[in-house]
Amino acid sequence: MTAVAASARPSASAPSAARTSDLSSALPVSFRGLRRTFGTGGSAHTVLRDIDFDVREGEVLAILGPSGCGKSTLLRATAGLDAPSAGSVNIGTTPVQGIDPRCAFAFQEPRLLPWHTLQANIAIGLPKSSSAKTGKAKVARLLELVGLDKFAKHRPREVSGGMAQRASLARALARNPGVLLLDEPFGALDALTRIKMQDLLLEIHAAEPTTVLLVTHDVDEALQLADRIVVLGKEPGREGDGATIVRTVVVPDERPRDRGSAELARMRSSLLESLGVEGH
Amino acid sequence: MTQLGNPDLTGNSVTPTSAHGLKATGVDVTTAGAAQPPAPDQGGSTPANGWSPAGVLEKGWARLLLGLLLPAALIGAWQWSTSAGLFSVVQLPPPAMVFEAAADLIQRGELGQHVAISTQRVLIGFAFGAGLGLAFGALVGLSRVADVLLAPTIGALRAVPSLAWVPLLILWMKIGEDSKVTLIMIGAFFPVFTTVSLALRHVDKNLVEAGRAFGLKGLKLLTTVQLPAVVPSVFSGLRLALAQAWLFLVAAELIASSMGLGFLLTDSQNNGRTDRLLLAIVLLAVIGKITDALLGVAEKWAVKRWA
Repeated sequence: MTAVAASARPSASAPSAARTSDLSSALPVSFRGLRRTFGTGGSAHTVLRDIDFDVREGEVLAILGPSGCGKSTLLRATAGLDAPSAGSVNIGTTPVQGIDPRCAFAFQEPRLLPWHTLQANIAIGLPKSSSAKTGKAKVARLLELVGLDKFAKHRPREVSGGMAQRASLARALARNPGVLLLDEPFGALDALTRIKMQDLLLEIHAAEPTTVLLVTHDVDEALQLADRIVVLGKEPGREGDGATIVRTVVVPDERPRDRGSAELARMRSSLLESLGVEGH
Repeated sequence: MTQLGNPDLTGNSVTPTSAHGLKATGVDVTTAGAAQPPAPDQGGSTPANGWSPAGVLEKGWARLLLGLLLPAALIGAWQWSTSAGLFSVVQLPPPAMVFEAAADLIQRGELGQHVAISTQRVLIGFAFGAGLGLAFGALVGLSRVADVLLAPTIGALRAVPSLAWVPLLILWMKIGEDSKVTLIMIGAFFPVFTTVSLALRHVDKNLVEAGRAFGLKGLKLLTTVQLPAVVPSVFSGLRLALAQAWLFLVAAELIASSMGLGFLLTDSQNNGRTDRLLLAIVLLAVIGKITDALLGVAEKWAVKRWA
């Protein structure tokens, strides 16, 4: 694992893409008293409660938590794919109401349209206002950024899972997002591909410093990528009440970080403890 | 997938399999693999030398020839049974007589008319019926309100046997093209409606959500995500509808018409011309099969393009 990390390092430390900040204008996100309850009456159960949090513009925030704790729900509320039962999400100064064009989503699965080429799939992410010409140029630039320029005309099923996931990431970036929402985007990939994708994400963030909300259940991934980590979980004594933010951790040091550093190792076991896994 | 599967199929030792397994986890290797042009359909168990029964079955001309074997055998049996005197000429005239009847009708310029008017009725009725089926199928498949409001009524109408419509259509539209085309429309409508509405309800929810997340909604979502996703089902519905259209054509022409293959059937029955009757049946089989094959070609293309 350490050998692999070392070999992957050079590509991360030398971001090849030029700085193209015209693509994105990072926006801050704030959660105010957010609560999400599913069902009504006796069968109602609360998944999230009392989420009060601010994400700075351009920040990479990792959201950690055990399965079913509402990580994805929080992300979906930010995108406007799901409406909170109480409270609000604000992007910039305006609240999220319905599907928000300032957000872009990359899902755990690539979710590409199988009948389109990768190029056409990425073009789906383009904002409504973009003209055909600028749109085409932007798709070409993104294909290059994620290293798929030679596969522009391939269909999703003709490329590997990692490549499809890169196309999915490019589709999200095409949106010119103020906030990039990533829902365990690398969770289904094998270990090597995952490390390369993480490095790619850092490159992209260096090139286009948008705000990133990254849901993950992988502590190492959070420690590698994030400026800050929030841990979602149930407070002791209020287990029946739904999850809330139980811990916030600021990750020290500039990225890229040494995967073998002692401090990260200490934070890793402390975070795992917060997630209910002890002795690692 | 094929990379990993092949070593097992060809019975190689364990070592290459595990090497493939290791390589396949690296991005660069899978990238290089995908850089080659996409492999064409490998036809399942076809071995490399291509001279197994399965290999021959992949060839178009071989399939056509093999498909003609049974009809040829049937004509042979037909010829034999008539020359052996198993049936009277009125019951079953020999193939040559049917052929002569065709030549005779062609000479008089009638056969072409019968075929042309029947084909025209089927195509018009099929086009309108399938179009409406697609529209209503989309409505019921996508909107729960439309589903609740319309589906029970459409289901009940579907249960009405085709012949039951005939008297009413004649009463309303008289004995003309309208009533016949309308009956064929009814026949073509239901298969398309049913397959499209069911298929739309089962479009991958994740894909639809992804489309919505990128700002697609309404008609744009329908044409970008939902309709392309159901193209294969639409085509199987269309093929069923075309078969139904021919079925309903004969129902329409049997009862009231002065032209068309259905008319040829009843007219020949009334005049005791079994040769023409058989001719009409053979023509219905051949033309029906040809139109279905044409649609099949379109389906193959569409499935390749959209699936």
